[in-house]
Amino acid sequence: MEIKVLGPGCPRCEQTEKNVKEAASELGVNAQVEKVTDTMQIASYGVFGTPAVVVDGEVKSVGKIPTKEEIKDWLKK
Amino acid sequence: MKERTKLLLIVLTFVAAYWVPWTNETIRQAGLESFMMLQEYAREHVLTCLIPAFFIAGAIAVFVSQASVLKYFGATARKILSYSVASVSGTVLAVCSCTVLPLFAGIYTRGAGIGPATAFLYSGPAINVLAIVLTARILGWQLGLARAVGAVVFAILTGLLMAFFFRKEDAARTSGQIYLPDEEEKGRTLTQEAFFMLTLVLILIFAAFAKPAHGSTGLWPAIFSAKWYITGVLLIILGLMLKGWFRKDERVTWVQSTWGFMKQILPLLGAGVLVAGFMLGRPGHQALIPEHYIQTLVGGNSLWANLFASVSGALMYFATLTEVPILQGLLGAGMGKGPALSLLLAGPALSLPNMLVIGGVLGIRKTAVFCTIIVVLSTVAGMTYGWIVML
Repeated sequence: MEIKVLGPGCPRCEQTEKNVKEAASELGVNAQVEKVTDTMQIASYGVFGTPAVVVDGEVKSVGKIPTKEEIKDWLKK
Repeated sequence: MKERTKLLLIVLTFVAAYWVPWTNETIRQAGLESFMMLQEYAREHVLTCLIPAFFIAGAIAVFVSQASVLKYFGATARKILSYSVASVSGTVLAVCSCTVLPLFAGIYTRGAGIGPATAFLYSGPAINVLAIVLTARILGWQLGLARAVGAVVFAILTGLLMAFFFRKEDAARTSGQIYLPDEEEKGRTLTQEAFFMLTLVLILIFAAFAKPAHGSTGLWPAIFSAKWYITGVLLIILGLMLKGWFRKDERVTWVQSTWGFMKQILPLLGAGVLVAGFMLGRPGHQALIPEHYIQTLVGGNSLWANLFASVSGALMYFATLTEVPILQGLLGAGMGKGPALSLLLAGPALSLPNMLVIGGVLGIRKTAVFCTIIVVLSTVAGMTYGWIVML
């Protein structure tokens, strides 16, 4: 499973990355978490707002810090 | 913060502590001015102006639905709406400059195109609530108003000019799926939200109500003497609204986002005030930089003074709000009102580091045009304002 956290590196993005990593390890899923900080690369996903989370190529959340419970829901499917 | 940056900071602090010649009279005076200016801010501006403004910024970030604003930046949105929303979007979207750039890139590549994108890029950092409030409070309401109006007009003009210059290339953009932030369901009507914002703004106005000139009669002294009662009543109303209209988790996110802004901005502003005090001193007090330098460079309202102010504003990086104490120092040391506005209009929106990022998105040619438009417009606006003030 491939998870991408899109955000240029503000505190909100770091919080999101932390939540994603914790959710993944609590569920015990084998996930690669990658942080995307390049502006053009973020834009190439078409997200209008950061932080955004992309799971296996699918945009899951935009412009907010998702809670660990929300992230777990995405990872279970 | 990277470890290398931390090391650099520590080394710089050490070098400064080691070598600052405190025996020199001018340096001592400048050091004293620096702390006097910080005290002035702490006493006059933090409690009655900054703190309420932080709560307002927090409320805007949480309660204004981002999706409802951003949908006007889609590829299919009507252009006139895109431009008008872009020009004021700085006030309704979060002030954090790190969300501005990705959003700008998104609007440019997938959304409404280069015009609205550059309008948004300019207005995002230039017209946030905190900046306008603090400008009006410390530099006078005339300059605050001129800044707000100037920023809105500039955003639209810049956007339209960019769209005009690059109209051919703009047609060739790729389109694709765009993702807006989730629309959250809310238990409030628009009227309720408007009243809530109005109450917050009124609290700010009354809490920060300036003491009228000595000997003036009529409405203003009456309001001034009753300002704490009015503020108290407004606070009670605010409490009732919060209890009746908002869920608990909404109240918590509001306080969290307010706290987020405070953490982000207060240390930088404090440092900015110290530096401005050290270099320039409070109005009427001498500090490190002799006043005649400032007067020669940016005094009066000549073309040169305005141009110099807008070019240096465009290159310099101002952390959020620090442009205000710096300008306060400059104005006190003899800067003209026109050049001050030039600097305010060109300063926060552009800086050397963010030109590099914009360059990565737009390419060098478009970035150069964008910066030139802003510098020229700022110079013209500054001269006009300086001329109006002198009438």
